[in-house]
Order: sequence, then C-alpha cells, then structure tokens
Amino acid sequence: MEFLKNPSQPGPPEDGQIITTRFDKVLGWARKYSQFVYPFVTACCGMEYMSVASSHYDLDRFGTAFPRFSPRQSDVIWVVGTISHKLAPLLKRIYDQMTEPKWVIAIGACASCGGPYDNYATVQGIGTIIPVDIYVAGCPPRPEAIIEGVVKLQKMILESKQMWKVGAP
Amino acid sequence: MEKSPAHKKIDEKFPDAVLDAHAQHGDETLIIRKDAILDVAQLLKEDPELQFNFLMDLTAVDYIGRQPRFEIVYIFVSIPNSTRLRVKLQSDDLYPTVKSLTPLWETANFLERECYDLYGIRFDGHPNLTRIMLYEGFEGHPLRKDYPKKKRQPLIGPGAKSSHKH
Ligand code: SF4
Repeated sequence: MEFLKNPSQPGPPEDGQIITTRFDKVLGWARKYSQFVYPFVTACCGMEYMSVASSHYDLDRFGTAFPRFSPRQSDVIWVVGTISHKLAPLLKRIYDQMTEPKWVIAIGACASCGGPYDNYATVQGIGTIIPVDIYVAGCPPRPEAIIEGVVKLQKMILESKQMWKVGAP
Repeated sequence: MEKSPAHKKIDEKFPDAVLDAHAQHGDETLIIRKDAILDVAQLLKEDPELQFNFLMDLTAVDYIGRQPRFEIVYIFVSIPNSTRLRVKLQSDDLYPTVKSLTPLWETANFLERECYDLYGIRFDGHPNLTRIMLYEGFEGHPLRKDYPKKKRQPLIGPGAKSSHKH
C-alpha cells in the first residue's frame, strides 16, 4: 500500500470512493450507451424510424441517436422495412462489413418475418440471412416500441460477455 | 355508340386496326390489332388535334383460361387536351411479342422492361430488354397466373441456389 510507505501521499480512500465491479460490466455499461446505428431503412416502417430518430423522442437518452452510414463505424444495424430477395445479398454484405462487436435489431413485421408479404419477392424475415438480437413487433411499430427494443438491447449488451482485446491481435 | 375523335382518326388512317371499342365512366378503351400498335401510337402522339403526348402506363393482364389469354394495356394521356385513352392488344401466344414504343417515348423503355420481367411479354425493337425489378437468374415471370404461389428463388439464405453469384 503506497500511502503507508510514503506518508506524503493522500490517505486511504473514504467510504464510497471505491466501487468494485467487473471489467465486463464497465465495458458493457459504456457500450450500451454508445451505439452507433446503421439505419437500413427500406419501406414504410421508415416513417416510424424518422419519427423516433427525430428530437421529439430524443434517442440520445439511450446513447443511440447517432446514425452512421458506414457499416465499419457502426455497432448496431437497425433493419427497418421489407427486405426483398434482390436486396438480401447487400444486407448480408453490410452486416459482414460491420466490426465486432455488433448487434442487429429487426424493426417491424416485414424485417422480422416477411410481414404481409408472403410472395416471390420478399425475404421471410432477416433471421434467415443474419443473426438477429431483438425483434420489434408492429406494422409499423410505434416509436415507443422501437425504444423498448433499444432498451432491451441495452440490457442484453450489459449482461453479455464482452469481447475485448488490448493491443495487436 | 358514337365514335370518339381518336377512334375516328384511327379508322380513317388504318381502317382495320380497331377491333373493338367501349367506354366506361368517361374512360374510353380501344382494342387494336396487335401489329398496328406502333403506327396507331404514332398517330395518337403526332396528330395535331389528339396530341396524346404522354405514355402514362404500360402493363399486361393475364386472363388465364380465357382466349386470348394476354392483354397488353397502354394508357395514353393528352396533357394539352386533358384526355386519356386506354388501348389494349390481345394475344394468345405463350410469350406474346409486340412492337416496342421506345422510338416514340423514352419512358416506354422502363415500362416495357417491367412488363417483360413480370409477364414475359417480348417487345420487338427494345434496345435493352432485360429484367428490371427482379434479378438475373430469376426463372419465370411471377405476375403470370400460373407462376406457383409458393415458388421462391432466394439469392442467399435457405433455398438459395449455389450457382448464384453476388
Ligand atoms: S412491417 Fe408494415 S409498416 Fe413496416 S415495412 Fe412492413 S408493411 Fe411497412
């Protein structure tokens, strides 16, 4: 203990000045409040995305207000709207380009399961192409439902095992 | 029924082109011989009185089980006269071929590609008759009534063919 050897150092910390925790928790706590979102917006659910992303719903409360239109700079991809089979390879490529750790939220019935479109053109849920962490139900979901999805993802991030590395791999 | 101005003009110039005509709720329809479409469209566009200068839509209908099976539908609009005219062609071929309207309207380019993509109608004289909505490698024409309702042709994911490259 340094302060015993050198009395000029400040004394021992007082009550409440030290919190013990796990590194995973701290990292998770930081990560859950700094999600850069890649908005993959394709259809009518996009209206609700615009609404939730605007100032009225104040996504900055959840640290998720900042859209990044580069997959390499984003942590979470919000898939908002109908995904056609023609678009599916591009969605997969963008997901692959995102750096770890990364998460996926499927917003709306279409992204979750194909929604009203059970036809030749539509992917029956993005879960068939990329792994999904949170599904938000609704056609379209209300902004509150999307925020609930964000909060659920925050909880999931906080509680999961964190990936981290120091220095070169 | 009194012939409309467009009907009269077409009859004057191409006497056997109009097969049938009817009107409903003020919207007039002419059924035209299939091979006359380019001439008739040119007349409609360039006649100084008719002035159907806008090709608003071009599509097809699959009346499966009926003869003739296919109808190709054109909607012409005259912006100066505020009138519109529906022109239909009928064909019983499995893959009907009609003359392209691309020499008259640039917009026919994309409309005809869509019609080809989803219905399999061939447009003779089109500069680039390729799929526009769907992707290369898609088999069949999904708005035909005999396209299997449950048939899927995904590019990736479950059921995708490995021959697809992306
Ligand atoms: S879930 Fe409903 S609102 Fe959302 S993209 Fe699909 S059809 Fe549109």
